[in-house]
Amino acid sequence: MKNNVVLNQLKSKAIWVVFVILFIGFAIANPRFLSSSNLFTIARQVSMYGIASIGMTFVILIAGIDLSAGSVITIVNIVCAYLMVNSGFSMPAAIICSLIMAVGIGILNGFMVSTIGIPAIIATFATQIVFEGAAYLLSGGTPIYGFDTRFKIIGQGYVGPIPVPVIIMICCFAVGAFILNKTYFGRYFYAVGGNEEASKLSGIRVGYIKYLIYALSGLFAGLAGIVMLSRTNSAQPTAGKGYEFDVITCVVLGGVSVSGGYGKISNVIAGVMIIGVLTNGMVLLNVSTYMQMVVKGLVLVLAVGFDCFQQKRATT
Amino acid sequence: MNDEYILQLQHIRKEYPGVVALKDVSLEVKKGEILALIGENGAGKSTLIKTCSGAVIPTSGKIIINGKEFTSMTPQLAAENGIAIIYQEFNNVKGLSAAENLFLGNPIRKGILVDKKAMEEEAEKAFAQLNIKINPKTLVGNLTVGYQQMVEIAKAIMQDAKVLIMDEPSAPLTNAEVESMFKVCELLKSKGVSIIYISHRLDEIYRLSDRIVVLRDGEYVKTLITKDSVVDELIHLMVGRDLKESYPPRKPCIKEEIVLDLQNVTGNGDKEINLQIKKGEVLGLGGLVGAGRTELAQMIFGAVRKTSGKIVFKGKEIDPKTPREAIDFGIALVPEDRKRHGALLGVSIKNNINMPIYKKISRFSVIDSKQELETAQKYKEELLIKTPSLNQLVKNLSGGNQQKVILGKWLAANSELIIFDEPTRGIDVGAKFEIYKLINNLVEQGKTILLISSEMEELMGMSDRILVLAEGRITGELRKEEFKQDSIMRMASAVEEVKKNEK
Repeated sequence: MKNNVVLNQLKSKAIWVVFVILFIGFAIANPRFLSSSNLFTIARQVSMYGIASIGMTFVILIAGIDLSAGSVITIVNIVCAYLMVNSGFSMPAAIICSLIMAVGIGILNGFMVSTIGIPAIIATFATQIVFEGAAYLLSGGTPIYGFDTRFKIIGQGYVGPIPVPVIIMICCFAVGAFILNKTYFGRYFYAVGGNEEASKLSGIRVGYIKYLIYALSGLFAGLAGIVMLSRTNSAQPTAGKGYEFDVITCVVLGGVSVSGGYGKISNVIAGVMIIGVLTNGMVLLNVSTYMQMVVKGLVLVLAVGFDCFQQKRATT
Repeated sequence: MNDEYILQLQHIRKEYPGVVALKDVSLEVKKGEILALIGENGAGKSTLIKTCSGAVIPTSGKIIINGKEFTSMTPQLAAENGIAIIYQEFNNVKGLSAAENLFLGNPIRKGILVDKKAMEEEAEKAFAQLNIKINPKTLVGNLTVGYQQMVEIAKAIMQDAKVLIMDEPSAPLTNAEVESMFKVCELLKSKGVSIIYISHRLDEIYRLSDRIVVLRDGEYVKTLITKDSVVDELIHLMVGRDLKESYPPRKPCIKEEIVLDLQNVTGNGDKEINLQIKKGEVLGLGGLVGAGRTELAQMIFGAVRKTSGKIVFKGKEIDPKTPREAIDFGIALVPEDRKRHGALLGVSIKNNINMPIYKKISRFSVIDSKQELETAQKYKEELLIKTPSLNQLVKNLSGGNQQKVILGKWLAANSELIIFDEPTRGIDVGAKFEIYKLINNLVEQGKTILLISSEMEELMGMSDRILVLAEGRITGELRKEEFKQDSIMRMASAVEEVKKNEK
């Protein structure tokens, strides 16, 4: 028993050890890596992964998946920009409207998964394609730009030395951890992820919980989309393409079990940092984009493989 | 060596850690006879036949097939020696045709291609031999359950089975389908195939079998010649154990108030169930596996909806659509499959106990963690849950303690009617006694209990009154002074039909 506790402690911290090793490795390989401007770049880059990863953590916690996260980011980019530039919406109104739409997409996913019973991987794959197409249709395939200068603050501003997107990310992590640890919804998420049937028989309305989780996933992806729009200051119909892949990698790397029921926000933060450092470090070392893809794909396999291997060992 | 016997099991013993499932069981099967194997739930029938198929390796004993001795079987050895088993769950592929299913894993080939035509012709012949009309091209998924079973039988015969073992073959069938299955059995018998027929339905056994072997609690009891035996004797042999376990006494605590009143409740396989439970009563539900007891519990608990009838709870008609609604009314279910449906294994004791009341102890969705801890602590002490910490995951607890956590959850939810479905299955003797004492405490505190149990002794020891179900209907009611194993078994096997034939 005692041994087990120590081992579990080590296991739960292992991801941070990996992060530190990676960090030191890149620092030695390229001195520019440690410069304060580069560190802030990393922080700003990971902020969008971090924000979107919270919703994805909830989804994976109940053994689901949300492949539409990248498309939600894109469509939020386009819609928010469109409303501000073409429809004359004020900045806050445009932001709120596009976030409501992001939640709506999440609810649509929830409807397909929970009420109809489509496997999450197919349902969210379909939404991904639909909204990727919708983004092209709405934008006509061309970027939308020319926003109010105040809009830049969200993605490019600073409070003291700290970039605003990093502050938003930290707030989101705090909210995520609060939901998981302090509210009854968090307890329900773990319960549903661990055993749906037993949860139902314990009085949890599993259907509603799924709606809530996919809606939250939409919301956090939408927030990431707003931050991205502000950073790039122009809405691209390809803005979030492939983003879900990095977000899922962050979450799984952070130890959230793909079979549901286990996971902690604190470790997801480590997962996000690893992906951020890895991406940035590879760029500094002039690793080609294609090689980066190969490396990230391998990282995902390693992370999921480690999780599945442990599950398998636990059951046999 | 006696070549009258095609299959002999000699002194089969099977031990599992802590349990002896079979104690020195012997039986012989003659060529071309139908041998019925009967016994209560858990008498060891399934374990015994699994030793013939190789699914269970006996601890000691011998299996003799056609004069060849084996100490244990493998599925392949069994097939090679002509032993075939028709399980309740068919081993078929629904998306393939009947012919392809007959040749599953061993198709007729023409070079590297599958020779569909030849297989269909062979299948046609095989079906004709058994006098059954199935188009070999039909997809098995489109056949009725009865015909699917025929395909299984045809497959066994085609693989040259000498002994066909059938485990509850009539359970999923309609009456007409049972008739045609009987015809096939008789045809096979006339061709010299032996059949071991396992069934709870005594009327079938009397119609079909030549001899009956009775098992009880993993022991061989007796072999009867069917035509010389009477059903009362048979029932007595099945249940005639000495009652030796003791049950904790409880104060009389039955009140006048009727807590649950079911009126013609139908659905989920049950038909027109009428029952009433008074406050403070323990009502036992007896019957064989598949009699519809768990199904009834699911309807009361809102896990499955009834199709018609009324559920009246504490004088008010209710129609729970989800477990959540039933829980809010004050109904709780301690399910049969503790690990899959009862406890959340990967979640802590504290969270499990609070699961149904989290919403209630939260303000603006934020859990009152002090109250959470107090509730968990209270029921840990009250139910004597043995654990170093309330943060312990439930999967690390023993079966008895897991059951207590589930019970704690329902006490925290302030449930008034608690349905126990096989509450002591897989729990060791000491913990069993504790569960019984807890049940007594509950009724003494004014709770009401519906107790589903397949253990006859437990049912009689704990209930104030027993209702027996068979095939989705209530077949009898017994008051405390009328409790007798024979009577329960008689009601559970719907013996009246057999009796009529005897007269």
